[in-house]
Amino acid sequence: MSSLKGWKDLPLATTVPASTSEEVQTGQWRSMRPVWNEAECIHCLQCWVQCPDNSIKASPEGKMTGIEYFFCKGCGICAAVCPKKAIDMRPESEFIEQ
Amino acid sequence: MSRKDITSGNWAVAEAMRQINPDVVAAYPITPSTDIPMRFSEFVADGLVDTNLVTVESEHSAISACLAASVSGARVMTASSANGVALMHEIFPIAASYRAPIVFGLVNRSLGAPINIHCDHSDSMAERDSGWIHIYCEDGQEVYDTMIMGVRIAEHKDVLLPVFVCQDGFITSHCFEPVEFMEDDEVQAFIGERDPLFPLLDIDNPVAYGSLALTDYYFEIKRQQVEAMKHVERVYKEVAQEFAKKTGRDYPVVDTYRTDDADHIIVIMSSAAGAAKDTVDSLRERGHKVGCMRIRLFRPFPAAAIVDALKDARSIAVLDRAASLGAPAPLFTEIKGALYDAGIHIPTNTYVYGLGGRDFFPHNAEEAFMDLINNKMSPEERYLGLRE
Ligand code: SF4
Ligand code: SF4
Repeated sequence: MSSLKGWKDLPLATTVPASTSEEVQTGQWRSMRPVWNEAECIHCLQCWVQCPDNSIKASPEGKMTGIEYFFCKGCGICAAVCPKKAIDMRPESEFIEQ
Repeated sequence: MSRKDITSGNWAVAEAMRQINPDVVAAYPITPSTDIPMRFSEFVADGLVDTNLVTVESEHSAISACLAASVSGARVMTASSANGVALMHEIFPIAASYRAPIVFGLVNRSLGAPINIHCDHSDSMAERDSGWIHIYCEDGQEVYDTMIMGVRIAEHKDVLLPVFVCQDGFITSHCFEPVEFMEDDEVQAFIGERDPLFPLLDIDNPVAYGSLALTDYYFEIKRQQVEAMKHVERVYKEVAQEFAKKTGRDYPVVDTYRTDDADHIIVIMSSAAGAAKDTVDSLRERGHKVGCMRIRLFRPFPAAAIVDALKDARSIAVLDRAASLGAPAPLFTEIKGALYDAGIHIPTNTYVYGLGGRDFFPHNAEEAFMDLINNKMSPEERYLGLRE
């Protein structure tokens, strides 16, 4: 709570500085976390194509490199489409201490 | 320089709007405020104003368009009454929260049912917690003057709140009486340019209005609105003082009439104050020390000024032109609360009068005064001009 602003420090009129979705941490909504098993991955990039939130990271060489948890909202599409079952959906509660 | 003309309360609003020349007016006419957008649309058609007049399909759309234009940085005005006001209700708290300084000519009319086009205050009283400034006017002159002052009060950087300028439907809105108008350039000089805080059209400083604020920030945003309301009375007084210097017409937050040495005081709002003041004069001639206090600024509620005017009275009658069905009438409740907070206990009667436009005569005011004079006091709600 301490990081929240008091009424005197808030901008007036319900306004917030307008920004793009790049600054909106949709990862806060996540209850299930996709965990990538690099050893099983064949870099087919099915997950990269299907992720609705641009959260699958890929290198210019076309290799899957990981998951961006700032944006990933845990929908599980990547895990569902992965032909190698290289993505495992795990409850966020498992990661609370991390 | 000024000119005097015979005009109605509605036309006085329209004339003030012509002189203010707002950027946007979005309105959907409804009796008895119809004359305001009607006459203003003539000004638009005749090229007398630069206003973008948005003719919408409902009151809900009217106030929505007003709100959007206002947060875009425009100076915005509209008008409505009764069920039109009620249809706008959803947007009122949003406009207040977005700190949109819309100036609104509210012509008081009874809320249905039964369908009734005449005056009572049920429409605006239902909006008393919507976060708007409420100013109730007694006559056409005051309506005209308050529309102009309203722009300055609403747009003041310490306030930034929308304002209802209320007048009694038909009684004031359609009654023709002499009104003194300022010159166009005087009005323009008085109101100045709007200097909006976060205009949406300022694309170099983009903001978003109305983001989701749940348990984390909603409360803080409401507290900011409370703070804005706390500044209104000071700003009101500054603006009223400047206006009085220009025009000679002075509008305190409460209008007191022969209350200084009064034992018995009627508290009332809007046009009915005329009959109450006449009754004060006739009862004074008969040796009764009576007075009348008219509440002009209702939101924020000017408790200190009210207590100051009432504190030496022996008894008080509060006359409400709206009922709060199942609870004491709104003005009565507030007056009692103000006195209680000041530690003052003065026996106070509560009367509801004039619902659905029922005429309020001097003999109705006299009935209330005679109850006070004869010490017929009780907290039970009474009714003036009602058939049993
Ligand atoms: S869980 Fe959904 S949002 Fe997160 S990486 Fe997978 S597909 Fe994208
Ligand atoms: S879909 Fe599975 S195998 Fe294909 S890139 Fe993504 S994680 Fe690797």
